[in-house]
Amino acid sequence: MNESAKEAQLGYPTQLIGERDSYESATRQIGSIVLDQKQPRSWLIGFTIAFIGVMLLMVAISYLFFKGVGIWGINIPIAWGFAIVNFVWWIGIGHAGTLISAFLLLMHQKWRNSINRFAEAMTIFAVACAGLFPLLHLGRPWVFYWLLPYPDTMGLWPQFRSPLVWDVFAVSTYFTVSLIFWYAGLIPDFATLRDRAEKRWKQIVFGVLSLGWRGSARHWARYESAYVLLAGLATPLVVSVHSVVSLDFSVGIVPGWHSTIFPPYFVAGAIYSGFAMVLTLMIPVRRIYHLENMITDRHINNMANVMFATGWMVAYGYIMEAFMSWFSGNRYDAFMMSNRFAGPYAHTFWVLILCNILVPQALWSRRVRDNHVVLWLISIVINIGMWLERYVIVIVSLHRDFVPSAWSMYGGTKWDYAMLLGSMGLFVALIYLFVRFLPMISIAEVRTLISEREEGTL
Amino acid sequence: MKTETPRIFGIVAEFHDHMALLNAARKAHASGYRKLDAYTPFPIEGLAYEIGFRKNRVALCCLLGGLTGGIGGYFMQWYALAIDYPLNVGGRPFHSAPSFIPITFELTVLCAALATVIGMLALNGLPRPHHPIFSARNFARATTDKFFLAIEASDKNFNARKTAQFLRECGATNVSEVNDEG
Repeated sequence: MNESAKEAQLGYPTQLIGERDSYESATRQIGSIVLDQKQPRSWLIGFTIAFIGVMLLMVAISYLFFKGVGIWGINIPIAWGFAIVNFVWWIGIGHAGTLISAFLLLMHQKWRNSINRFAEAMTIFAVACAGLFPLLHLGRPWVFYWLLPYPDTMGLWPQFRSPLVWDVFAVSTYFTVSLIFWYAGLIPDFATLRDRAEKRWKQIVFGVLSLGWRGSARHWARYESAYVLLAGLATPLVVSVHSVVSLDFSVGIVPGWHSTIFPPYFVAGAIYSGFAMVLTLMIPVRRIYHLENMITDRHINNMANVMFATGWMVAYGYIMEAFMSWFSGNRYDAFMMSNRFAGPYAHTFWVLILCNILVPQALWSRRVRDNHVVLWLISIVINIGMWLERYVIVIVSLHRDFVPSAWSMYGGTKWDYAMLLGSMGLFVALIYLFVRFLPMISIAEVRTLISEREEGTL
Repeated sequence: MKTETPRIFGIVAEFHDHMALLNAARKAHASGYRKLDAYTPFPIEGLAYEIGFRKNRVALCCLLGGLTGGIGGYFMQWYALAIDYPLNVGGRPFHSAPSFIPITFELTVLCAALATVIGMLALNGLPRPHHPIFSARNFARATTDKFFLAIEASDKNFNARKTAQFLRECGATNVSEVNDEG
């Protein structure tokens, strides 16, 4: 049965890999982007804009070091501000990458094979951006290592009962494991690039990076064991990371934070925003680099479906939060919720509902999911919505807690916005460098798909 | 004591597709060849088994790493907060096990993952900058679209002429002798 007949029967796009792709053509197509293809003009323009963002970040950080965190809009009681909003937002974005590469591998979902490399890169860059914010928010970032257990002359230890210390361990473990998972996946592809490179220096660089990989059957056997084990480790890890992030809030007694639904609700939100970001990046990249034969309509459709499903989990979280603040009979919780609906930040809350719940309902329609321009716009709306969600959680909860005399208002300063824009610039610049210098699709795994297509087992 | 002829690494045969390679590997192992290895551009199910490779021990590395991280992580927290620097925070017990779980879990995963990757590379003998197989004819294609089987000279059944003949009979498209320059 050919693909179009299958598609008509099942009602969704089914193709995973182009019908004419061979080992050689797929290797050439992906490898040549790195090795010799002249980059499209949009690369230079886009990278320049992103690089301006990086410079903005540098300026913002330098001025922060010069003046201190007073340049931000934070105050007491709203001590967390943009830094923590941005941290939670970025780290959530990272989660889709691990979900795609690890969880879908364990589930034998073959549609992960041509998108996992890109999604993992996105994870690492997003976690790198996330890590900046709590460090800079420390106020004295040069003593950040006090958070780590090391034999110091003060005879002190970190407070291991504190969720903030759990967070240090969770995020640094997440970054390290994501990085080695990504690198392990790249080793065979580095060997391919080494063997295809024509310039001597490229052969040496890729040769060193490939660690001398030669594709031996024994090596592949150990490699595949290691890869599955890493996936098995990364899957609970990714769930734990955003759970620990949510415990930063829910272990505290602030109304709007002190809630048992936070860990699952944060994890769902993380995957929701992560898939939105994967779509935001992948729809243009696939068009610009003509990768429609490998990142097919089926991939895009599947990602849209996962995004939509996790969006409903997030909606359930919102409903349960509202329900519990009524059902618990706790007057502070009830006030927090009415303040969220109708207080001074009500517009933020309602825009968040619009972005995260109402607009994505368009995804019920197959025509919307197949229209990649509309899907791309929806994914951006969800990214904005998820940032606003964290804004509502952090700021609206803090600004009016128990005693009205301690209430205050909050707004980001220009330096807050410079940090946020700058971190986006850093993220996009890293993505640009990645698509230019590393194979953005796993070549070895695409070859596996092709061999399965030949055997008819795909 | 220099020998005139270079030492032979082995005979290397090239195949067009992975099914031919699998069949050849099976036949070679059945004919008594033991020092053999196959080289492929992507992992092929069952190939390592056909060349007689059974235990890869990567899972053991993972387990040992995980146990080290888990036990070590919990011990560190217990020692720090119950023995070395007991600090009363809100009346909680010094040894507050539930609060120690998140870091214990993270360190378990961290050490297990590092041990898995380092163990995999170490058992594979990587990084290794050079290997005689790289000088086999057309071997650069082994990371793109060609499949290779090598029978090494150290095998007790090895005979340059007979082994080459055997590989040709297995359906190899290209059979060459590879020298060990190292």
